[in-house]
Amino acid sequence: MNVFNIIGPVMIGPSSSHTAGAVRIGRIAGALLDGVPVKAHILLHGSFAKTYRGHGTDKALVAGIMGMSPSDTRIRSSLELAKERNLSVVFEKGEIEGAHPNTAVITLTDAQGRTVTLQGASVGGGNIVISEINGMKVDVTGQQTTLLILHKDVPGVIAHVTNYIAAQGVNIGNFKLTRGHRGETALMTIEVDGEFSRESNAGIEKLPNVIRSTMLRPD
Amino acid sequence: MGIYYSVEDLVSAAERENKKISEIVLADQARELEKTEPELYEIMLASFRVMQQSVEDGIDPDMRSVSGLSGGGAYKMKQAVDKGKTLCGKVFGSALVRALAVSESNACMGKIVAAPTAGSCGIIPAALLTIMEDRELPEPDVVMALFTSSAFGMVIANNASIAGAQGGCQAECGAASAMAAAALTELAGGTARMAEHACAIALKNILGLVCDPVAGLVEIPCIKRNAMGVANAFVGAELALAGIQSAIPADEVIIAMKRIGDAMPRSLKETSEGGLAATPTGKRLKKEIFGDT
Repeated sequence: MNVFNIIGPVMIGPSSSHTAGAVRIGRIAGALLDGVPVKAHILLHGSFAKTYRGHGTDKALVAGIMGMSPSDTRIRSSLELAKERNLSVVFEKGEIEGAHPNTAVITLTDAQGRTVTLQGASVGGGNIVISEINGMKVDVTGQQTTLLILHKDVPGVIAHVTNYIAAQGVNIGNFKLTRGHRGETALMTIEVDGEFSRESNAGIEKLPNVIRSTMLRPD
Repeated sequence: MGIYYSVEDLVSAAERENKKISEIVLADQARELEKTEPELYEIMLASFRVMQQSVEDGIDPDMRSVSGLSGGGAYKMKQAVDKGKTLCGKVFGSALVRALAVSESNACMGKIVAAPTAGSCGIIPAALLTIMEDRELPEPDVVMALFTSSAFGMVIANNASIAGAQGGCQAECGAASAMAAAALTELAGGTARMAEHACAIALKNILGLVCDPVAGLVEIPCIKRNAMGVANAFVGAELALAGIQSAIPADEVIIAMKRIGDAMPRSLKETSEGGLAATPTGKRLKKEIFGDT
């Protein structure tokens, strides 16, 4: 967290938690799906479920899924834009036990049938926390440049990845590992200080046993 | 420091180094974010420009929100100020105009700066732009005061909340009001300790305020609560500048705010199920906008 999370973001109204934060949750979901989404299923919980239309939370989530940032004036017409792009969107209201009041669970599917599911909460002032990706517990705020690296759960992968990042001259500020089932797949969440290039991120995907690396940059 | 958890820490750092809180915060954030102070100043200046523009946008007499519930209030208030018809003079009236303008612009899906949230986005710009005009303050001082506001807001976010859904309106308009009070105090030449008292007084005045938006929209009562929020910021700053102290330290007020927020029922925390949203008129307006669903 830094001062610009408190005075900021610059955003389209009317609600930092229900509009700007929602854009950011959607944006991470969109970034995590490798391809172009054709289907979006969005489960809304708590205050999100009660008030989403009033705050434009629906428009905001869909705008984010399509890659927009919270200050993008096209948020106002994102639902129409989704139709033009053949993205079908379904909203459902539900209860998630113990979840933050402003929570959404987004499942995206691309034309090849690949999917990604994430659970995210908008925790105030446009700040968010992604707590689950494809069933694995995470803790992603997106405030720093963040690498989400899906890999096989075998010896040596973490060493390869962290050595590679060190070789780029980049410092790791935070590291978290989550495993689905032992010996299957695991997810590294790595926050790095300063800049990390797209080329560097593509290099991570070439390392042994790495399935995918998604880089999230603060908007 | 980087992340702030205590008002006392900020004030003691300022006292120790004989600097303003804003100067301490700018230097600290530059270290933390690995950027230069001028770079961070430029980012804050950009937000300040959006704040100025959002005041201009919101004074439009014909602007209306999608729901039709709001718009045009800032213009009416400005007419009253321009005609010299206000009860409390030009400074206070102008602050109200600006708070309404930014909040109405927000309700109409205009571009604003969340400060700390969109629902409370009118309070800090209104306070700062008004004292800037009245005291003919140089722009850099005012931009710097946003760093002070932000540091106080971060302490509130870390120990209580800045989300209405979690802490009620005290977490949004309350936080903004306290952040604005601290900045006003610094801009008026008060000490760092006075800024703490201003923050504490403003926050104490607004504890327990519920978040009960009609139809779930950031319009009723949010827009007028922004007007109240800037008024309350001036109350906190005026008292502190006169040397009046808050008996309860700011950090303890913030903990009280957290406990009050936790104790509030869900119906009063941005669910639109209680308070003004549940009045006959609130329910009728909701039905008119969204139908029965």
